[in-house]
Parts: sequence; C-alpha cells; structure tokens
Amino acid sequence: MFNILHQIPIAAVHDEIPLAAFLGLSLAMFALGSLGVLIRKNPVVVFMCIELMLNAVNLSFLSFAAYPSAAVAARDPFASAMAGQSMVICVMAIAAAEVAVGLGIIMAIFRYRNQVDVDDMNTMRG
Amino acid sequence: MTLNQVAFIILAVIALLGGIGVVFLKSPVRSALALVINFITLGMVYFMLGHQMLGISQIVVYAGAIMVLFLFVIMILRSQHPEEDTSLWKDRRFAFGLLGGALTVALIYNFVIQPTQSTYGATFDRDYGTPQAIGKVFFTQYVYPFEIISVLLLLGVVGSIMLAKRKF
Repeated sequence: MFNILHQIPIAAVHDEIPLAAFLGLSLAMFALGSLGVLIRKNPVVVFMCIELMLNAVNLSFLSFAAYPSAAVAARDPFASAMAGQSMVICVMAIAAAEVAVGLGIIMAIFRYRNQVDVDDMNTMRG
Repeated sequence: MTLNQVAFIILAVIALLGGIGVVFLKSPVRSALALVINFITLGMVYFMLGHQMLGISQIVVYAGAIMVLFLFVIMILRSQHPEEDTSLWKDRRFAFGLLGGALTVALIYNFVIQPTQSTYGATFDRDYGTPQAIGKVFFTQYVYPFEIISVLLLLGVVGSIMLAKRKF
C-alpha cells in the first residue's frame, strides 16, 4: 500500500541537504514567532505566532529524528526516530487543546469587555 | 545544485514568507491565511525528511482543523469589532521585539546549530515515517503518553465548552 511512498529517496536527501539547513529554517520560524508575540496587539494573532513557534520546534524535533548523531546511529536510530515523531504527535495534541481553550478564553473576554487588545487587558496587573 | 536542494530552498522560502506574513500583515485574516501557507509547506518539508505520517497529519490537523478554528474566531470578533492594528511600527515595542528575536537567533545558533555542524548526519534508510511504524510504537512503547494525550484532549473539550457556556 505504501510502495509509492517508499520510493522517496531519503538517503539522497541526507546526502545532499545538511541538518543545519533544516535547523536554520526552524530557527528562523521560531524567531519570527517570538517577534510576533512581542509586537502584535491582537491576541488571536499572538496565538498564531505561538503556533508558528510550536511548528518550528516540531521541525527541529523531526530533523533530529531523521538525522541521528553518530552515537545514536551506533545504538538504534529507529528508536530515536520514533521518539522524535512521538514527541511531535504529543505537541500537536497539546497545540489543539491549547487553541480550543485559548480561543474560548478570548471569546469570553470579548463577551465580557467588548474589545480584545492585549494592551488593555491589565486587570491582573500586580 | 541537485533537485532536492532546489526543492528545499523553494519550500523554505515559501515557509519563511508565510511566517513573515503572519507577523507583519495587518489584517488577522491575512495572517491566518499566511499561516496556512506556512503549515502546508512545512508538511512538504516533513515529507522530504521521510516523515510521511506526520506530513499528512500536519496538513490535516494544523492547516485543516486548527486554522478553521482560528478563522472562525477571527470572523466572529471582526464582525463586531472592525478596527485594526495601525500603530505597529510607531512605538518602542518594535525595537524590543527585534532585540528579543535577535537574542533568540543568537542563543539557538550558538547552542544548537553550531555544535551540530560536524557530529550529526549519519544515514539510515528504514521505514520510520510510515503510519504502521507510528501505530506500532504508540500501542507498545508509548502507550502511557498516548492515554495521557487522550485525557488532555478530553480536558480541552470540557474546558472550552465550559468557557463558552458560562455567563459573565
């Protein structure tokens, strides 16, 4: 059933693209997400930037899973790859739950105050 | 330059443009659509790494389910609250944001990318990304995390229903 997918030349990808390329993409996405969390005012957009950061972390987990280090490759690279993918599935589930509850909170704040601006939400200021 | 490298560069450029769009577009709906573009190209990158199952679930879960939720909430909020973010570039917070982003880049480059330049890169070609492999590992080795994820999702459902029904 998965014969077509098996023909993707994974070994060629390993030979031609270094790990640092994937990690650099992940780094750029994480930095963009943190920048957005710091500069945006709309809480929904802030949530989207958090999603961007979570996806950057997922990408780095998956690139480390696909490129095991020499020490891991000597032991069991398959178990290492499965550990990385399991962590990414956990992150996806947590992100889904977080978005459901977080957007519920934003809706509740909107119904209570009729506006959503993170600069005006200061009632819990110490 | 080989075909794989060309494909990776195209995907990375599209993903980064999507991320820049999320941060810098003024309308939240456009930000959400830029995030969809980013998620789909990231799914392609997962396919390129050999993670087939996670590429599929990236597109289904993130680009499908989560972004629909985002667009739904944006459209509910915007229908009653139309004004937008206008003073994005004018205040001090942009400088602090750039500072924080540069600090993050420097830290991750120094502690993650720099040490991995030489030690990583051993190759192995096994079917680590197929749904069969992930299903097997989730019902044997990682069965407790799997059950904890299901409880967490149940909590998410109960919590969001409670937040939606409560009267303030």
